[in-house]
Amino acid sequence: MAVTLTINGESKTVNAEDDTPLLWVLRDELNLTGTKYGCGIAQCGACTVHVNNLPRRSCVTPIKSIEGMQITTIEGLDGPVAEAVQAAWQKIDVPQCGFCQTGQVMSAVGLLNSIRKPDDADIDNGMTGNICRCATYVRIRNAIHDAAGILEKQK
Amino acid sequence: MKKENLQVLSLVILTLCTFACSKDNNTANNTVSSDTSAQATAILQGPDAFADISDNKQRAKSLFLEMAKVIQHPRCVNCHAAGNRPLQGDQQQPHQPPVFRNNSGMGHPGMLCITCHSATNVQISSTHSIPGHTPWIMPPENQAWENVPISNICEQLKDPERNGNKSIEAVVHHFTEDGLVGWAWNPGAGRSPPPGNQAILGALAQAWMDAGAHCP
Repeated sequence: MAVTLTINGESKTVNAEDDTPLLWVLRDELNLTGTKYGCGIAQCGACTVHVNNLPRRSCVTPIKSIEGMQITTIEGLDGPVAEAVQAAWQKIDVPQCGFCQTGQVMSAVGLLNSIRKPDDADIDNGMTGNICRCATYVRIRNAIHDAAGILEKQK
Repeated sequence: MKKENLQVLSLVILTLCTFACSKDNNTANNTVSSDTSAQATAILQGPDAFADISDNKQRAKSLFLEMAKVIQHPRCVNCHAAGNRPLQGDQQQPHQPPVFRNNSGMGHPGMLCITCHSATNVQISSTHSIPGHTPWIMPPENQAWENVPISNICEQLKDPERNGNKSIEAVVHHFTEDGLVGWAWNPGAGRSPPPGNQAILGALAQAWMDAGAHCP
């Protein structure tokens, strides 16, 4: 069955069942492998993408349910917030093994899109669904504060 | 490894983690679980079953106690939870991953309810699913039903300061027509529905209001 999705600004038609999880399509059909498979049940956050600019777990999102919406993956993430997060991640050297970092970055950008200067509680509550098996949480939190600082200087 | 096998493996690991993390809550949860089992086998009687109670006040009380079979079911209480975090499943465990009501009732920025919950249930296996409905939302904390006696829930429902400034007619409408209430009878794999159906609940609520909306 053909489903047309708008991914990173481009229209993509895929032949898949309506209830196919978006993650399967991204990785297996479109070769957008930056988005990771972690648990498959919305418990770890590794598969996070943006749907209409809001974080969404692609492993439990049926493709038919997001037809016509704007889907952004790590490959298509851009703009001032994304650039600030990328710079902060590099400066603080956040990743260890790196497997969860796609999801962490997507959630961090989603958080900063909504709260431009989050406090520790905002970060903890907004990032609570992204698990890191290397426990880089302290660096993640510091990097989000750093990214917020970068954005504040740009005002 | 096939994706289906990975999903099953994930479920097993997460189930083990959940049991390990919830050890301290086992006593309280067992109590809730027993009540849930009793409710699951209960039959929801329609208003006709109470028609022979001539006294309006007594009939209204009895009707509301019948509604309580639904109101105090996990499908309702899990979102009408005390505190800032919803409950999950028939065992009424704290929601995993940890999520919080926030002022909107729709989660915290970065971790909104719709980060995981779609417009419909998403089945993961024959025994697990991610529940879904639009909107997927927690009521305010002053509408909590968890561990609240049914008489207090009834009074809360009639109090505009604690029911979202609703008239009693609007409260009845919530029971009768609200799609999120109706979802309770289509909860997806791994969750039990409350007894009866939304039509019976709505008829009970209407009859309760017509009899004066007295509380037990």
